[in-house]
Amino acid sequence: MEQHLRSDHHGLKQKKARGRKRLAPYGLTAPGVLWLAIFFLIPMGAMLVLSLETRIPTAGFKNSGYQFTWHIGEYNTAWAQAHVQFVRSLWYGAIVTIVTLAAGYPAAYWIAFKGGHHKTTYLFLMLLPFFVSFVIRSLAWQFILSDDGIVISNLERWHLLPQGFHILSTSIAVIAGIAYNSLPFMVLPLYVSLEKIDRNVVEAARDLYATPRQVFRKVILPLSIPGIFAGFLLTFIPAVGDYVNNDILGGPNTTMIGNVIQRAFLNDQNYPLASSLSFILMVGLLIGILIYARVLGTRQIEEYI
Amino acid sequence: MDPTIDPAFLRGVTQRRLSRRDLIRYAGVGAGALSLSSILAACGVKSSGAAGSQSAAGFDWASQSLHHQLNFANWPYYIDVNHGTHPTLDTFTQKTGIQVNYKPVINDNQAFYAKLKPSLEQGKPTGWDIVVITNGAQLSELIDNGWLIPLDLSQLPNFTANASPTIKDPTYDPGNKYTVVWQSGLTGIGFSPKATAALGREPNSLNDLFDPAVAGHVGMMSDNTELGSIGLLKLGIEPSTSTPDDWTQAAAVLQKQKDDGIPRGYFDQGYINQLENGNTWITQAWSGDIFIAQQSGYPELKFIVPNEGVMFWHDNMMIPVGAANPLDALTYMNYAYDPHVAALMANYIWYITPVPAAKPIVAALPGGKAVASSPLVFPDQAMLDKTHQYYVYKGTSDLDQWNNTFDPIITG
Repeated sequence: MEQHLRSDHHGLKQKKARGRKRLAPYGLTAPGVLWLAIFFLIPMGAMLVLSLETRIPTAGFKNSGYQFTWHIGEYNTAWAQAHVQFVRSLWYGAIVTIVTLAAGYPAAYWIAFKGGHHKTTYLFLMLLPFFVSFVIRSLAWQFILSDDGIVISNLERWHLLPQGFHILSTSIAVIAGIAYNSLPFMVLPLYVSLEKIDRNVVEAARDLYATPRQVFRKVILPLSIPGIFAGFLLTFIPAVGDYVNNDILGGPNTTMIGNVIQRAFLNDQNYPLASSLSFILMVGLLIGILIYARVLGTRQIEEYI
Repeated sequence: MDPTIDPAFLRGVTQRRLSRRDLIRYAGVGAGALSLSSILAACGVKSSGAAGSQSAAGFDWASQSLHHQLNFANWPYYIDVNHGTHPTLDTFTQKTGIQVNYKPVINDNQAFYAKLKPSLEQGKPTGWDIVVITNGAQLSELIDNGWLIPLDLSQLPNFTANASPTIKDPTYDPGNKYTVVWQSGLTGIGFSPKATAALGREPNSLNDLFDPAVAGHVGMMSDNTELGSIGLLKLGIEPSTSTPDDWTQAAAVLQKQKDDGIPRGYFDQGYINQLENGNTWITQAWSGDIFIAQQSGYPELKFIVPNEGVMFWHDNMMIPVGAANPLDALTYMNYAYDPHVAALMANYIWYITPVPAAKPIVAALPGGKAVASSPLVFPDQAMLDKTHQYYVYKGTSDLDQWNNTFDPIITG
């Protein structure tokens, strides 16, 4: 260190270096901040502005454009038209998250603890179906589960299902479709957090006469909470906004908020309404997640890591 | 007249042709990108105050010359095909020296329009000389914004001589100022034998779409123009002259249908899979799709024209403003109305050709007799009497009102 102080010249260099050091964190976070600004904050701001605009009255279809009018009425319309779908989407998202957690945790646990040398193979197998576009896979489910499809028609023939039974066009079909498509997003973070657990800690718990059940409840489960948290975020948020599964597997009474937004944007080109719907959804999710994060607490997560 | 189709009609086609709207069912893949372009389109709206002056000033056809180049955007599987080439296009090139850059890029009116709109707003060329768009809000928007080049009908003698009176001077483009029809089609009812069994007879009425006997197995369309029009027809209201009060009544009927648990769902192009897979037994259907389904493994499916009537839609050729080769485009439009050309295309496309004079020529083509005698390709007067035109939206606020009336049923 002291060699830097030998001359003014060196001192200057040192100053510069220190300045650079001070700037380093900003430089390192700049790409992430820019990313967020460009792809999150700016679109969100644009959406907020658009949701408060109204179309300039015009004759016919003449393109008159929109003007900013602080018109918050669009939010009332959005809520009045779509509160059922908002609530339904949150419900579907919650059920999907619980289902994927229940199905994904044992799988991730098994791969992490019992996978041996083949862990990567098992993970790869888990991801294998996802090399096919999820739209195509959902369409395949539509085909397999259709009323005359191989599953339903055979179960009906063996009298395992009542005649006229159908699974498509029900909430169950939509929830199952989303859950199926979300599974890897739950399993992968769970796997990572379970894999990271120091085996010596588990060993120590056993040495202290903890039953297998206690080992899981007191050691493994708490240590995997960061994984659950990440898995929740990666599953719940896309699930609430999903619209493809309902399009393909749903029926008249399973419309999700994503479908309403899609229709407002694409079919009706009612941008203010679509923007207010999207904004309500985003703000709702953001508040929900902040509450959730406080409950599970980032500090708590750090403690466990 | 037997509105269902003779199996002989289903001549030896060696491979399944996708319907032109087939690819829409995969639209979910592209929807993300699409919504982005819509948003961008929305953001660009403000800068477009001066658009449309060009058409107001008219178009100087006299100073145009052929460039021997034509960029043609159409729907998939919507032109004759023979071993990967389009014979009518090849003949066109031989006759006129105009090279045709034919691209079946349109899968959806809204999505395609969303791609054109930003260029048109900025007064830039779209890259296309001919585009094919269905009558509806997008077409009205193109016309009202002056984004189409007015046609010089004096240079379309084939159109004047051969076009069916049913497609001349349409309500959505009076005097064919901007458009001429490419092909037309019908929206009626498609059904499987299960519907016949459940109803105890073959369906023959729109009321059969509302019958509790087929509850849970009725397919309705998620396109709100199609859905609303059926509601109006069921009430005996002429859609093209309907009023917002009529719409409210129709919406009430459709809402009741939904509340009674009759519809299986509101479907886009996927409705045909729903019918094929037995999820729906009876459904709103586009005429051409049922034929294609019949010859691709579902011969039991049928298309009927219900007593109350069918909707008659038109896909139209038009020249967007800024087109590089308008005279080449006009030359092609004239060519497409040559009865021999129309016949070759009709024999492949199976929708309604705009050229009735093509009928005897189609009949003389190998295997063309059944096509020529089908009222769904060459509608007779009895069939035409049953067709109804769509309501023409008068403007954005009008369209918004229609949307707000019928959308809550679909996305309820």
